[in-house]
Amino acid sequence: MEISITVNGSEARHDVEPRTLLVHHIREALGLTGTNVGCDTSSCGACTVHLDGEAVKSCTVLAVQADGCTLTTIEGLAPSEEELHPMQQAFREQHGLQCGFCTPGMVMAATSLLDEVPEPTETQVREGLEGNLCRCTGYHNIVQAVLAAAKSGGGGTTVAVQQ
Amino acid sequence: MIPAAFDYVRAGSADEAISLLAEHGDEAKVLAGGHSLVPLMKLRLATPSVLVDVGRVDDLKYIRDEGDHVAIGALTRHRDVEISDVLRRDVPILAHATSHVGDPQVRHRGTIGGSLAHGDPASDLPAVLLALGATLVVQGADGTREVAADDFFQGFLETAVGEAELLTEIRVPKATGAGWSFQKFNRRAQDWAIVGVACVRRGDDQVGIGLVNMDSRPVHAAATEAAIASGASVEDAAAVADEGTEPAADLNASVEFRRHLARVLTGRALAEASS
Repeated sequence: MEISITVNGSEARHDVEPRTLLVHHIREALGLTGTNVGCDTSSCGACTVHLDGEAVKSCTVLAVQADGCTLTTIEGLAPSEEELHPMQQAFREQHGLQCGFCTPGMVMAATSLLDEVPEPTETQVREGLEGNLCRCTGYHNIVQAVLAAAKSGGGGTTVAVQQ
Repeated sequence: MIPAAFDYVRAGSADEAISLLAEHGDEAKVLAGGHSLVPLMKLRLATPSVLVDVGRVDDLKYIRDEGDHVAIGALTRHRDVEISDVLRRDVPILAHATSHVGDPQVRHRGTIGGSLAHGDPASDLPAVLLALGATLVVQGADGTREVAADDFFQGFLETAVGEAELLTEIRVPKATGAGWSFQKFNRRAQDWAIVGVACVRRGDDQVGIGLVNMDSRPVHAAATEAAIASGASVEDAAAVADEGTEPAADLNASVEFRRHLARVLTGRALAEASS
């Protein structure tokens, strides 16, 4: 079945098997390997992307369900090649990662959270990231990064939309 | 993990979905948000040969104030239930319990109708509907019929929705100002409840209690409801919460632990709903 998805601002048409998962479509057909497959059971959140502006787990969405939708992956978040998105910058400054495997999903979940709750409390950040697992950091610096991004005022996706 | 191959058809309306289901018979499954079905298909525990995607049937996405009840379209996403002003005011237990379904990503995709039609005794919302005394609207080729929540959940992953039928609406009686409590006991943030209790207290002798994960289907704490109706204390009523249930043992809990949890959580729920 032919599907058309607006991926990080550009339209991408592909013929896909109905059983193709969105995460495999992103990694294999679109060649965007920043989105990771972690648990593959909708638990860990490593595959989190924005579908029509909201965080979803792309291992639990069929590519055909995304037909006609707008998709943003971690590659589409930064305003330019030289500049990080404020959330990425905050993760860097607050040491919000060690191995980095969960990071793309964390950043996508965190930006979606700030779209919904622009000035979250620490508890709201922790609850808002309950769908993302990190095996390295103990979460402390991730939470600090999201709070710092919220404070900077640009931690949601408004920046990406304006590019 | 990749699902077994299937044919994919997209329905533009409830009527079209029903005729597609009739055409394909028991080989077909309805796909809404996909957050119950797709995981099962990835594990090959479900291998439908046809998926009828109703995800774009926008006229089944609504939350309407209908006076004495709130009508919710089956394709309304968990996120929209969670933040609905009408539900937060008039059926707060449903908005609250929905905020405990899965995680934010899951709630962006999963739908109330999809979760209920899946009929999983471990999921949160069926117990809430039992506690509220909700009604479910099921549409078939010959029109619609109303099914009480008590009759909807018939067995493990089995509901009253027939092969060529579609759950289209959930009607939830308002519980404005009523006491309520939702107790979910799990070990980690996004886990299913090991046991859960939904409690709506509309008066001194009138309480509805639904239990999560205490039987092969979502069930009432019937003995507790009867005890409250006959004037028993919260402590005495909670002590019989597991009566008549047949919980299963699994990696998380033995049968006895589940029974214990049901009694303790029902006690907490009754106390909170009665305060």
